Amino acid sequence: MTDRTMVDGMSAPRLTLPLELRAVAITLALGALGYALFPDDLAFLTRLISIALLVLSLDLVTGYCGVASLGHAAIYGVSAYVVGNACLAGHSDPLLLLLVGAVAGAVMGLVSGALVTRFKGLPQLVLSIAVGQLVAALANKLSTLTGGSDGLSGISPGRIFGIYAFDMYGRTGYVFSVAVLLIVFVVLLRIVRSPFGLLCQAIKDDGLRARMIGARVYPRLVLMYGVSGVVGGIGGALNAINTGVVGLDSVGFERSAEALVMLVLGGAGSLWGALIGSIVFQVFEHYVSAANPFHWMTMVGALLIAVVLFAPKGLVSLGGLLAGRTASVLRRRP
Amino acid sequence: MSQSLLELRNVSMSFGGMRVNDDISFSIGKGERVALIGPNGAGKTTLVNVISGDLTPSQGAVQLAGVDVTGLPISDRVDAGLIRTFQITRLFKSLTVAQNVALAVMQRKGLTRQIFSSPMDRPDVRREWERALGTLGIAHLADRQVSKLAYGQQRLLDLAIGLALEPKVLLLDEPAAGVPSEESSKIIEAIDRLPSDIAVLMIEHDMDLVFKFARRVLVLANGKLIFQGDPAEVTHHQEVRRAYLGSYADARHAS
Repeated sequence: MTDRTMVDGMSAPRLTLPLELRAVAITLALGALGYALFPDDLAFLTRLISIALLVLSLDLVTGYCGVASLGHAAIYGVSAYVVGNACLAGHSDPLLLLLVGAVAGAVMGLVSGALVTRFKGLPQLVLSIAVGQLVAALANKLSTLTGGSDGLSGISPGRIFGIYAFDMYGRTGYVFSVAVLLIVFVVLLRIVRSPFGLLCQAIKDDGLRARMIGARVYPRLVLMYGVSGVVGGIGGALNAINTGVVGLDSVGFERSAEALVMLVLGGAGSLWGALIGSIVFQVFEHYVSAANPFHWMTMVGALLIAVVLFAPKGLVSLGGLLAGRTASVLRRRP
Repeated sequence: MSQSLLELRNVSMSFGGMRVNDDISFSIGKGERVALIGPNGAGKTTLVNVISGDLTPSQGAVQLAGVDVTGLPISDRVDAGLIRTFQITRLFKSLTVAQNVALAVMQRKGLTRQIFSSPMDRPDVRREWERALGTLGIAHLADRQVSKLAYGQQRLLDLAIGLALEPKVLLLDEPAAGVPSEESSKIIEAIDRLPSDIAVLMIEHDMDLVFKFARRVLVLANGKLIFQGDPAEVTHHQEVRRAYLGSYADARHAS
């Protein structure tokens, strides 16, 4: 947790500007690195970014509010379906589609938040699964809206700003996705350090104490769920825009569970953790599943066990530790 | 008679047939300093939980400045100026000391709705949390994460949060219990310097502190209020001596 305070710089208001600039620089560097490493597989990277947004969205409720959810793909999937339908209905401006996805995600987030945050502990977790399963079942049944098990296809978004068309190599889609991730990430960095964001962390630490300073816990949690919905919705929208198809997998339980695994891997309660977790997990999956298609899940399991044993607060805590060591070594030099 | 800020009317609290608070009535006026004492298990903390809104009494009413708050949620009571501290510290452990107090300040000022500003740099907020930390002598710990504080320092912070909420009625649940003497003297000093117009109800085991602090003493035994009155009289009261004070009363009597 110290690492989070260090990383997010919450205790050092002087660092506010550099922190956000740093985030911009790091995201751009990662984007360029991705392009350099996988120039022929940009579709993989855009998918990675779309999932990273889902993990960030989950981090807001799980990492920052302490609400464990195993049904977060409901937000992501509903938004993807809504965006797909909007596009098929002729609204093909990518920015408009992003907005549609954000709104759909917000609505979905507020509704599931209103339900889930009424409860605590295991009932809460089970309820989040129930919401996810309900949405997945509906997606399967309402085939006029979702295409059922065939999914929605033929989604072809228009040009960005009316200029940049989505090309078959996925370059436009990739640059678009990096830009969206960058903006969302910087905005979230501000939100988690705002009075509202701090209060959510306080509620996670001790709900009764938060009430005893006068906080209305329930509405705050629902609001954070709404913010989380916007982020997850943007992720779902990117998925629909970039791949042109939306299938049942985007609302499925597996998507929710994987998102939680990525979050724990990277470090819940830190935006950097969510980002690192989703990158490491998906790159690992990409390589290992290609090398050994039958046993790659075993390897992922082994990786997870190692992280939980040696860095229970996620990979991001290792980063903080490393940075701390480096700093102290540098300081010791004359 | 001073204006009553906190009033309990025939409050009873039962857990599954067990009466933990039994028909308790008292009132505390503006500026009063009242101590609530009683042996372990007398129902003191339960009573504080009933007053603060953590528990709803089985019977009776709690009034705050003449307004019935019995059914109101905790947060509404806090808005009305009813603030408590905890016997076992409850703090926001993943936040820093400054953030803990700043959050209380921002909550009181209605700033926690803001989702896009940097909270700590607002000069009015900063002034207030710095002052609250300064009052308790823990300003140097401002950037320390709460989970890394010693127990005594956590108790000081708990009280600092209470002060930052600008209480009208302050409930202190054993503020100095288990605290090293260096910190407990800071706590006592801070309690001494509380604004004179607020009402304070303190649960305390340390009788020296009770006699130093309180102008009036309430004694709770087996859930019943068996005495309320002048601290000087409490040691002479037969029932109280039997129920609670024991050797201390005898020693004081003898001297």
